[in-house]
Amino acid sequence: MPHGRHRAMTPPVVEVAGLSKRYGDLQAVADVSFEVHAGEIFGLLGPNGAGKTTSVECVQGLRHPDAGHVQVLGLDPRTEASRLRSLIGAQLQESSLPQRIRVGEALELFSSFHRGGPSWRRVMEEWGLTSKVKASFGSLSGGQRQRLLVALALVNAPQVVFLDEMTTGLDPAARRATWDLIERIRSSGTTVVLVTHFMDEAYRLCDRLAVVNRGRVVATGSPSELVAAHSDGVAITFTAPNCDPGFLTSLPGVSSIERQGATVVVHGEPGVVPHVGKALLDHGLEPPDMYVVRPSLEDVYLRLVDESDTG
Amino acid sequence: MSAVPRLAATELKLFLREPVTVIFTLALPLMVLYILNGVFGQQNPASDVDAGAPDVVVYRGFDAPDWYTPAYVALAVAGFAFIALPAHMVEYRESGVLRRLHASGLPRSSVLVSQAAVGFVIASLGAGLLLTAALAFAGANPPESPTLFAAAYLVASTTIIGLGLMLGVVLPTARAAQAVGLLAWFVSLFLSRAGPPPEVLPETLRVIGDWLPLTPVVQLLQEPWLTGDWLMRQTVVTAAIGVVSAGIAWRAYRWE
Repeated sequence: MPHGRHRAMTPPVVEVAGLSKRYGDLQAVADVSFEVHAGEIFGLLGPNGAGKTTSVECVQGLRHPDAGHVQVLGLDPRTEASRLRSLIGAQLQESSLPQRIRVGEALELFSSFHRGGPSWRRVMEEWGLTSKVKASFGSLSGGQRQRLLVALALVNAPQVVFLDEMTTGLDPAARRATWDLIERIRSSGTTVVLVTHFMDEAYRLCDRLAVVNRGRVVATGSPSELVAAHSDGVAITFTAPNCDPGFLTSLPGVSSIERQGATVVVHGEPGVVPHVGKALLDHGLEPPDMYVVRPSLEDVYLRLVDESDTG
Repeated sequence: MSAVPRLAATELKLFLREPVTVIFTLALPLMVLYILNGVFGQQNPASDVDAGAPDVVVYRGFDAPDWYTPAYVALAVAGFAFIALPAHMVEYRESGVLRRLHASGLPRSSVLVSQAAVGFVIASLGAGLLLTAALAFAGANPPESPTLFAAAYLVASTTIIGLGLMLGVVLPTARAAQAVGLLAWFVSLFLSRAGPPPEVLPETLRVIGDWLPLTPVVQLLQEPWLTGDWLMRQTVVTAAIGVVSAGIAWRAYRWE
């Protein structure tokens, strides 16, 4: 199925193949490959220590990989890092600003690092920070800090922006607000590479994602593709007190049937749902409590991580 | 404004917003000048012929305020370069500020040069304050050769700031930087020709003092002030210390 399904006519914005990086005894990245296309939000999803951050740092030219091919906007981050940095934006994990720097000063400072680009005042206005121009970084709330850090990452009007663990430590409202910011970045035409360990975030925001564990990409695709490709299928549950559900076994796509008292659970491929419904009606059954459980990205993610942990 | 001047200007503003750092670095040398001048200011062999007078000639025979003033110019610069600057740089590394600057593509030279520039401005502020106080209130005479003293100041302050940058890069934590910085400053104060008269120091301490990096720097500043001459050997040693420490700061530089 992957053959002949080319997502984009243009070459990918980010191309990573066979990336590996070792720190002493620790193989942080063993074999990471992925492609990011123009205009999409691409996610790297994985548990802490999976190698996500090291991978994007290699892509940005902040670290030198031991092996592998990396190309970003047609440039090699190893040899053309300074040219590359003017075309990309970044919000790194565990990075910060001086506590006493003011919002306006930070924007003016970071815009001085790049030639051209929009004026810092316009960026400040666009991201709703004008009323905070004189506020110090230390006095901002978690959500306001993220807004400033996003604005700083965009102050050079980058073509690709890398956002690493944007919502860790934020309260639910600030997380939602940050998600809106990320969608705004994409709608302005900037490609986004998002590093996260939150499933809901990846599911909500990412057009495509790579699940990373133990330094390897274990699956790549859109959230719904991943769910379809890596789950056991659906479970259809209903009550049928006085009936033998054995007739359902003959339906194509049904894999198993369990009976727990009056409750029947039918497992099968996602396409089996209407067939089960029709067969029930044909047998004069109309269970009003029938419901379908589809595996979530979370189920698939946990399964992928678990499988790659046990080898 | 381009990156380095903008970064230096912003950093200067941030420093001035930390009143404790500013007061501490500017006031410490003044306080020590006041105390040491009070304690040793009368140990002038020329004016003291009483029986209790020490039988050694101290300060090479010069007046104490004249001896101490150029030495404290070095210590005023070191007050910022040893105590405030390394702790500040390590804190930036620990809290992820340097990581953020790195992600924006700033080269290490921009960080080191802007820190050095800020150091030079604030340290010179401290040195100026000290000179003013020494000349106006402590009874120091003006330098024999102001021009040579100014030249010595440029060499000396550059080297001291180089030492501070090295400490800021090499030391692992902000706590370590604070402790080592204070220790370096006080040891330099007492043993690098800037504390008790070197002539009355025990032999061991005097030998240690001879090997401290600040000793040739202090001598380089004292000579044009006291005699109007220029010390060539100390110039070479001071410049070498500056080059080596700046080189270490460059080579060992870490973003995180």
